[in-house]
Amino acid sequence: MKHLRDVIAEHPFFQDLAPDHLALVTGCAQMASFKSGEFLFRYGGAAEHFFLLRHGRVSLEIAVPGKETFRFQTVGPGEVIGWSWLFEPHQAQFDARAVDDVSVIRFDGKCLRGKCEADAALGYSLMKRFARVLVQRFTDTRLQLMDVYGKQAP
Amino acid sequence: MESRRPETVAAEPLLPQPWIVREVIRETGDVVTLSLQPGEGAAAMSFGPGQFNMLYAFGVGEVPISISGDPADASRLIHTIRDVGLVSRALCGLQPGALVGVRGPFGSRWPVEDQAGHDVVVAAGGIGLAPLRPALYHLARHRARYGNVVLLYGARKPDELLFGVELEAWRQAGIQVEVTVDHADAAWRGNLGVVTTLIRHARFTPEKAAAFICGPEVMMRFTAAALEERGMAPERLFISMERNMKCAVGFCGHCQLGPEFICMDGPVFAWPRMRRLIAIREL
Repeated sequence: MKHLRDVIAEHPFFQDLAPDHLALVTGCAQMASFKSGEFLFRYGGAAEHFFLLRHGRVSLEIAVPGKETFRFQTVGPGEVIGWSWLFEPHQAQFDARAVDDVSVIRFDGKCLRGKCEADAALGYSLMKRFARVLVQRFTDTRLQLMDVYGKQAP
Repeated sequence: MESRRPETVAAEPLLPQPWIVREVIRETGDVVTLSLQPGEGAAAMSFGPGQFNMLYAFGVGEVPISISGDPADASRLIHTIRDVGLVSRALCGLQPGALVGVRGPFGSRWPVEDQAGHDVVVAAGGIGLAPLRPALYHLARHRARYGNVVLLYGARKPDELLFGVELEAWRQAGIQVEVTVDHADAAWRGNLGVVTTLIRHARFTPEKAAAFICGPEVMMRFTAAALEERGMAPERLFISMERNMKCAVGFCGHCQLGPEFICMDGPVFAWPRMRRLIAIREL
């Protein structure tokens, strides 16, 4: 069985992470799994974790009372979910629900924030990785908003 | 490496030949596939993947439509048409036995055979899968000649996905087929998100891959950018352009985009030839 540290090192999100930083983030991580239909986190709840997906897909969605849930993206193996743990007030901004049975590496946000405060180089490395994901998600959202396959598409 | 200019053009390229609708397949709510056979005086047509014909709906008008059939099967001519205007609506409404005027084939081809030994990424958006289908037939038939072959296909909604039977057949043939939709409810258990999100999961080696991209221009721009970000060289990316084509043989200039005639120099272009042009607002 692989060591957690090796599993984290192989995940694309932490590609080329410095060995000392890898040891630090591993100290805040644990394996977890979710059954299809279970929530990794829900809108408005405490954002105490982020997740690296290893297997299965997760649907990102916003529940609208009285209406059908609005689903806006699925993420799959090799991707990361959750950035609200980084920013106050540390509240989840959407729901994340397992589409399939999902296995993840779950990181404790409070633990990692503490380590980032103490080690600016680790903090900067993490921020760059999350900023890249955020830029990708915003780019995806822009394309999605353009509704390029519609008959009134730009 | 360049997109291929046509090797075969009809002897009288401005004269439509009569073809008969043999079969009509309703693909989605607004997309229809017509299977045509030669009418009186018309000859069977060979074509290359990516080429198009001018289809004439008698009494209504003529539009360019990519050939979506198998290039190895010259017994029939297949076109997949989306109802977006007067002429395309008339073509979508044709019934078996109806007559269609056909001119072609015209234009450049996807340089599929040049990729032997390399990985191939095929990225399609919406009806853009139709002009790529001939290339996919070829890749599936000659699968062993190529490295990893990946189809990344995005549509607006699950009920707008095309060619379900072929998608499964291509999977069986050893092509990695990844499908996503932009919008879906909870009943959809597949990928949700724009087609560029699939690039992260595609199995190919950027340094030894070529990509064929077809879809709305904005989709092609985003896809080319994402593939370049993954490490692909721009000159190994190919896109298929669409403009207002009239004569289809470079006489009239209706489809001219800067120095390029889309009908004759394209519709398949290497990305560096188009990247700057499609970003110019005035063109």
